[in-house]
Amino acid sequence: MIRVQNLIKRYGDFTAVADISFEVATGEMFAFLGPNGAGKTTTIKMLTTLLKPTSGHVELDGLDPTTHANEARKRFGIVFQDPSLDDELTAYENMDFHGVLYKVPKRIRSERIEQLLKLFELWDRRKDPVKQFSRGMKRRLEIARGLLHTPKILFLDEPTLGLDPQTRNQLWTHVKKLNAEERVTVFLTTHYMEEAERVAQRIAIIDHGKIVAQGTPQELKQQTNSETLEQAFLALTGTTIREESAGSADQMRNMARMFRPRQK
Amino acid sequence: MSAIYILWLRQIKRYVRSRPRIVASLGQPLLFLLALGFGFGPIFQRAGQGNYIQFLAPGVIAMTVLFTAIFSGIELIWDRQFGFLKETLVAPVPRLLIMIGRTLGGATVAMMQGLIVVVICLLVGFRVTSYAKLPLAFFFMALVAVMFTALGTAIASVLSDFQGFQFVMNFLVMPIFFLSGALFPLTNVPKTLAVVASLDPLAYGVDGLRIALLGVGHFGVAMDAVVLCLITTALLGAGGYLFSRIQV
Ligand SMILES: Nc1ncnc2c1ncn2[C@@H]1O[C@H](COP(=O)(O)OP(=O)(O)OP(=O)(O)O)[C@@H](O)[C@H]1O
Ligand SMILES: [Mg+2]
Repeated sequence: MIRVQNLIKRYGDFTAVADISFEVATGEMFAFLGPNGAGKTTTIKMLTTLLKPTSGHVELDGLDPTTHANEARKRFGIVFQDPSLDDELTAYENMDFHGVLYKVPKRIRSERIEQLLKLFELWDRRKDPVKQFSRGMKRRLEIARGLLHTPKILFLDEPTLGLDPQTRNQLWTHVKKLNAEERVTVFLTTHYMEEAERVAQRIAIIDHGKIVAQGTPQELKQQTNSETLEQAFLALTGTTIREESAGSADQMRNMARMFRPRQK
Repeated sequence: MSAIYILWLRQIKRYVRSRPRIVASLGQPLLFLLALGFGFGPIFQRAGQGNYIQFLAPGVIAMTVLFTAIFSGIELIWDRQFGFLKETLVAPVPRLLIMIGRTLGGATVAMMQGLIVVVICLLVGFRVTSYAKLPLAFFFMALVAVMFTALGTAIASVLSDFQGFQFVMNFLVMPIFFLSGALFPLTNVPKTLAVVASLDPLAYGVDGLRIALLGVGHFGVAMDAVVLCLITTALLGAGGYLFSRIQV
């Protein structure tokens, strides 16, 4: 369902993704793990038509996202790592906007919006503008929105970041159900190893833009003689902390916040 | 179609909900009308050019539409920085349609601001020669609105932050405004200025508005309409192209 061959992305002379290759089968739940700044989000951006690869080949359901962007976009849904809501719109309006863009028919749209907002406990707040939401609530809304249409491939870039255990549980239950019942292929990243171990059938570990290991959680543990996936992860990627400065996008967003005229 | 509509609707909702912004952005046209209108009025009269407020009002209306439209287009930079842009960029909708929806939304906002300023002009003493020609005035306002929202969108598509924005304001938007003949008649100006003005797309918008509202103009109504339509189409094309190439 997803095929990546010799994918490279350079920013100037910095290589964010350094020649990676992997495949994800249809109906598989695939976890892409790696320390901060490893190149996970950059890879997802190239898979989802947001970024052009420097070189290499990518395929989604047999389609090249660089040449058949719009066809490819019909195949996937995504929950971004970074904020992606319109703060001025209400929760319901953000959902509805998404539903219309993804051509979810009106009746099904309102049914599913209600169902998902209730599932993630935002239904009572549906008429509030998103700017009044807490971070976790915003995150819940983004996840609900990402599940509004049923794509062939679902990209989840650190979906559980900043979420309480209840919501995490809801999320994975729901995603597993989608995967089992609708054979949705899931491509996820997370920094919670036990989460990856629990939901993913296969895992790839990326570090400094290179894939350092691939396999089932079991295989990775055996390969490194580890008890847990966390130990295996540390054995493969070392214990030093990555000097990840805040991404330029984050910095800009902070600047923008400071200068924003309509700040309340 | 529904994609264009929902993007349009989003812009309108954002506009209607930001009432402080609406009020704040009316300060500038009001200042121009009152300070320049009454300040230069006597000189203009003595020079045998008639009532300056009459002459100035179409220029101030065009100015409002110009600035609001450019800002609506440039708002794309906010969407990029606050992350919402991604949501529209991965949607299974051709990016050209997304760009058109945004642009029509922004243009509608500019049009509404323009209409408010029309009312303000009428309140401070501006008199239209023929109300039957108001639709023609709205037509020119709409063209100016779409044209400059498309320009703003095109510019914002290649800027990733606000650093280049000041440059765009000072070296593009301000000259477009000041050289358009919004504040002074283009008849009898030095030749160079006349040539420069004839290259300024807003000049045709201001001229069209004056013809519609006052019955007098410089280039002629057909010329104004044709030039504006051509440039608007070209800018929509350029904006659509640049928008479709955005990477985040
Ligand atoms: N626009 C950019 N310009 C320059 N460098 C960038 C840009 N975007 C990302 N990078 C760099 O590319 C590298 C990979 O970033 P990426 O966001 O893919 O990491 P990640 O694996 O998703 O990390 P995290 O776990 O922190 O989300 C980082 O070193 C980052 O600084
Ligand atoms: Mg990331």
